[in-house]
Amino acid sequence: MKLPPLVAHVVVLIGAAVVSALASAAETLPASPDAQRARELVHIVRQDCGSCHGLTFKGGLGPALTAEALAGKPAEGLVATVIGGRPGTPMPPFASIVTEAEAEWIVDQLMRGFPPDAGLPQARSMD
Amino acid sequence: MYSQKVRLAPPALWGVVLSAMVALLSACSTTPPAALRGTGDLGVVIERADGNVKVVETSGRSVLATVGGLGDLSHASVVFSRDGRHAFVFGRDGGLTKVDLLERRIAGRVVQAGNAIGGSISHDGNLVVVQNYEPGGIKAFDADTLELVADVPATTEDGTRSKVVGLADLSGKRFIYSLFEAGEIRITDFSDPKNPVTQRFPGGKQPYDALVSPNGRYYIAGLFGEDGLALIDLWNLDKGSRKILSGYGRGEQPLPVFKMPHLRGWSIAGNRAYLPAIGRHEVLVVDTDTWEEVGRIKVKSQPVFAMARPDGREIWVNFAFPDNGWVQVIDTVTGQVTDTLQPGRGILHMEFLSKGHEVWLSARDDNKVVIYDTATKKPIGGFDSLSPSGIFFTTRAARTGF
Repeated sequence: MKLPPLVAHVVVLIGAAVVSALASAAETLPASPDAQRARELVHIVRQDCGSCHGLTFKGGLGPALTAEALAGKPAEGLVATVIGGRPGTPMPPFASIVTEAEAEWIVDQLMRGFPPDAGLPQARSMD
Repeated sequence: MYSQKVRLAPPALWGVVLSAMVALLSACSTTPPAALRGTGDLGVVIERADGNVKVVETSGRSVLATVGGLGDLSHASVVFSRDGRHAFVFGRDGGLTKVDLLERRIAGRVVQAGNAIGGSISHDGNLVVVQNYEPGGIKAFDADTLELVADVPATTEDGTRSKVVGLADLSGKRFIYSLFEAGEIRITDFSDPKNPVTQRFPGGKQPYDALVSPNGRYYIAGLFGEDGLALIDLWNLDKGSRKILSGYGRGEQPLPVFKMPHLRGWSIAGNRAYLPAIGRHEVLVVDTDTWEEVGRIKVKSQPVFAMARPDGREIWVNFAFPDNGWVQVIDTVTGQVTDTLQPGRGILHMEFLSKGHEVWLSARDDNKVVIYDTATKKPIGGFDSLSPSGIFFTTRAARTGF
């Protein structure tokens, strides 16, 4: 069976659009960690980043990390701060705790309004 | 001999008095009084995520009640009224809540700042003082009514305000504290509460917390921005402040500090102070007569609390994330780590009973409070608690710097 030329053109165009949309989505959206690691990361950020930035991210010794507070700040700079810390301030480098991809995901989540903490999963220990 | 005229009250007055007595007695009988109890074995556990405190009693190691509605309790701390009946809870969101431990309810609450970090109470118990990050400064409140008595901004010459850390009570309605950005130590005297008087001393780079020694003589501020601590001899205030342990890091690159250590009078055992090193996996040992370093003890990770058991024989140390599932015990006689324990996940705080035979630990990530016998180093009890952080016993009411 042969597709009419018009239908074939439409299929090819839609296919190309879908592929490019997926590609650009992959460019702008950081890869999500698996569900267990995501839950761990949310817990770490809420609780342990929260010791300086506040559980609700309204700030403390460190500045506020709410979506409003971060609006307009370049994500790359925030990711660099998470990974490398901010020398001269108490902000430590978290390179030994999270990967760069995870830091990108964390920053993206913070800028959208961070999810609530569901607790630390039982299966894997943080130690 | 004497004569006495007995005058009976007029019948109308008797009528009023008797009916009042009957009314009062019947009021008593309709609400049976709770069993009488003292406050010496009470305490509170902060449940940081939910804005609750648990009222606990340490004789039976049980939870008496959960009191809610205290706001954002991340990094909350507590001081007690002199009679141990009321806990003043300082929340991160600037909330100051007075909890009645006997009636197990909130007796008063004010939201006094945007962002707060702790507080203190005057020796006479009349003033509660809060240390604030935003706006930076301290505020004094009437302990009875929680009415604002005085507002003392932590302002420097350039007009900026600093975050206040390391607040502690001194004799005579005075409070001492440090300014994180300005690197200053200040003493504010509230003898005339409406006209507080403040003295200023050089501190050091980025003080993060401080302690006053149990006898009230020394104030020590830990510094994040430099290797060393600032010391003030409060019995010789004219001599000002000085640095101790300068260069304890020996110029080495500090390790990441994932959580700031906490300092209180619990660091002092006998004539030694045991202080968490910043950016080093060590506890520094200092002679409290000379304030010279006399040793350093390698520990598992960055220490957060180095707390002397009240008899001074042991120091219990917990650690910053990601090693916050561990606790180590140091023998102060040998200067060695004798025990390495894993009481639970996310050990945020430890509180000893006043004679030191038990320690209560909050295991945040296991949603539990665990209780250890300090002689056997074995768990002897505990209870469920949602995301517990600070544990505070009323015995703090009797101590300077708590």
